[in-house]
Amino acid sequence: MSSSLKALAIRLAPQLIALVVILSLNFIMFPQFFNIVVQNDRLYGSLIDVLNRGAPVALLAIGMTLVIATKGIDLSVGAVIAICGAVAASSIVSGNSLAYTLVVTLAVGLLCGVWNGFLVAILNIQPIIATLVLMVAGRGIAQLITEGVIMTFNDPGLIFFGSGSFAYLPMPVVIWLLVGAIVILLVRRTALGMLVEAVGINRRASTLSGVRTPVLLMAVYMLSALCAAIAGIIVAADIKGADANNAGLWLELDAILAVVVGGNSLLGGRFSILGSLIGAMIIQAVNTGILLSGFPPEFNLIIKAIIILVILIIQSPALQSAAAFFSRKPAESAGMRVEQPK
Amino acid sequence: MIHDFENVLVASGISKFFPGAIALDKVDFTLRKGEVHALLGENGAGKSTLIKCMTGAYRRDGGSLTLDDSDIDPSDTLAAQRLGIGTVYQEVNLLPNLSVAENLFLGRQPRRFGIVDVRSMNRQARELLAQYGLMIDVTAQLDRFSVAVQQVIAIARAVDLSGKVLILDEPTASLDTQEVAMLFRIIRNLKERGLGIVFITHFLEQVYEISDRITVLRNGRLVGTRDTAELPRQGLIAMMLGRELAHAEEAAKERSTEAGAVKYRFEAYGKRGKVKPFDLEIRVGEVVGVAGLLGSGRTETAELLFGIETADSGKAEIDGKPVALNSPRAAIRQGFGFCPEDRKTDGIIGDLSIRENIALALQARRGWARPLSRSEQNALADQYIKALDIRTTDREKPIRLLSGGNQQKAILARWLATNPDFLILDEPTRGIDVGAHAEIIRLIEELCAKGMSLVVISSELEELVAYSSRVIVLRDREHIASLSGNSITASGIVDAIAAAEKKTEDA
Repeated sequence: MSSSLKALAIRLAPQLIALVVILSLNFIMFPQFFNIVVQNDRLYGSLIDVLNRGAPVALLAIGMTLVIATKGIDLSVGAVIAICGAVAASSIVSGNSLAYTLVVTLAVGLLCGVWNGFLVAILNIQPIIATLVLMVAGRGIAQLITEGVIMTFNDPGLIFFGSGSFAYLPMPVVIWLLVGAIVILLVRRTALGMLVEAVGINRRASTLSGVRTPVLLMAVYMLSALCAAIAGIIVAADIKGADANNAGLWLELDAILAVVVGGNSLLGGRFSILGSLIGAMIIQAVNTGILLSGFPPEFNLIIKAIIILVILIIQSPALQSAAAFFSRKPAESAGMRVEQPK
Repeated sequence: MIHDFENVLVASGISKFFPGAIALDKVDFTLRKGEVHALLGENGAGKSTLIKCMTGAYRRDGGSLTLDDSDIDPSDTLAAQRLGIGTVYQEVNLLPNLSVAENLFLGRQPRRFGIVDVRSMNRQARELLAQYGLMIDVTAQLDRFSVAVQQVIAIARAVDLSGKVLILDEPTASLDTQEVAMLFRIIRNLKERGLGIVFITHFLEQVYEISDRITVLRNGRLVGTRDTAELPRQGLIAMMLGRELAHAEEAAKERSTEAGAVKYRFEAYGKRGKVKPFDLEIRVGEVVGVAGLLGSGRTETAELLFGIETADSGKAEIDGKPVALNSPRAAIRQGFGFCPEDRKTDGIIGDLSIRENIALALQARRGWARPLSRSEQNALADQYIKALDIRTTDREKPIRLLSGGNQQKAILARWLATNPDFLILDEPTRGIDVGAHAEIIRLIEELCAKGMSLVVISSELEELVAYSSRVIVLRDREHIASLSGNSITASGIVDAIAAAEKKTEDA
């Protein structure tokens, strides 16, 4: 067991180092960064804020990791956030119970996933195009549901998912930690993880080995949309309203970035959900850091792009192989290691 | 016919190594001026590797190459072109959205005051194509013309650029009879002009129609070079498929007749456009060999049996009960297993470990909710790594790092782990080294002795002769003969293929 823990540590080392570096930079810019206080049975502080604000992207990254592991991509998750936020708001506003609202919202999310899965797994449309359909159409659907206005609500039950707390942690943090843990256990304690990786690396060979690829792809897109639906509830609850135009806007790109920063290849195959979650926190730490440092807002996106570029360059195969070359032990350079991955 | 025996291109001892495989093993090849030299061999024989070494697409790992008596070492195809070696590929490598003239003179357009002289370019293009009897509008876009015309344009460009050696890689694959006749007229014309022409095809009739000499490669080795006139069709097929016939004859050994009852029965089983309907019975504990040239429907037959392609006629029965084999999963449920010909694209999951690759089919059959525990997977992997002698440092190594033979064994292990009753092996020994080759044959015999039914497709005739209790011969996507008992000999198989060749020729 300790050997697999060690392997995990090696796998996640670049992400953890990047996270530590970003957090230290934040600390230098803003010395109170690590201060945490308890108020009203809830933790407060910049660090908690990073965990809290990062919840939507973290949730999306969980589903996105699996989609990307199958060599796919899901561009529709931002739009699904808008749709599901609108569904939750309109349901609660029209007087339905909280439980009913949650069930309907998650069901609508799953339906979005079935649509994407149908296009990708059954019709064999390229994932980037297939999910683009819902990305474009989704905001229109959300606007139809909210009838073009920002639909506000004040149901305390629903608002609890945005600003409530549980065991001293903000509810969004509790939710993404929980969903993350459940999905990680699901894919690693069953054979799902291995089958997803197999499909992502070689779909045809997997099918020939008897793997039910269409079912697996469908499941993965459904999970991604379900994660987006949960994120949609959190986003709506946070602002106490459904904004069809701006809820989850561009979050699909942050989610993809989180997956990549988490060390997962866009070419599919081997994946680490934990890596993606750390990636999501890195991105949020950058966002929060820029906000705290008081740079003019117009610099924010540029600074974010530069920081992410640096992280990606450090992870790039070219630099990694160069690093491997310079860190070779003398025995290896003398020809002991013949096999090099292509 | 042959003007003189002056060699234009001499390749001697060409070797090329890929990780885990020897693609070319000291191959000699000489091309004379004014000859059409057919280069033949099954898939993976090394034809295209040899071509690529000669045109600079690959750097050779050994051997020498001389053009007009001077050593050359082209670093890329452009360099080879400049030296005088031009190549035309099956899929024409021109630019479809440019005009014919632009395609002919791309990168070397005639200029006036630094500007492309379109009029002079078009005039030169017309003159050039007139030599080939082609009177077309050279200002028209290339993709308006048929593949045959594009082929001629590609040849015109290659000859104009290079002019010593012309390599034609399956130029006739997508042409009809008249177009082939036109192409052959042009080839004969170029031959008269003293060009050395290398002609790659797998249409044997065309080889006899156009070529002066034939060189056959098999498994990366030179089988031999013969004058076409002195090589009968049977001899050629024997060269392509097996070693010398006399040698193989002795392998026709006593066959055990203790195979059990018929278990798998396919009646009038076929799919339009893939394989014509065939009947096939497979007994418990027997190996049915499948022989035929490339493109004869061997792989299609395997894909039909395993449910990758769904049959549109006939029925399949197991133990007398009808079964629907409409997906690999359905076939696997019936205890089938399939080792595909193309290991890289259809077999291995490259980045996964050997352990995971071996466990995959069994895991897929159990479903995702009933995972094989890590220790079960380890036990499974260790068991087969030992039993099949898979050479690896450990079971966690990504399978893509193994050599071809060891990858093949791992795929075999994947199926053996599911405890199958019926295994389909498509070219199980292709592209693997001699040692692993023998081990896999031994394994096939062992599995058969244990009561498994096998269908083995192979281009290696002695191999089929050694382990098959029956051999099905295919030609033109049709099952044309079934040999059993003492009639299974390498020459018997060659005769069966050649007989069909003659028949179609007479027709």
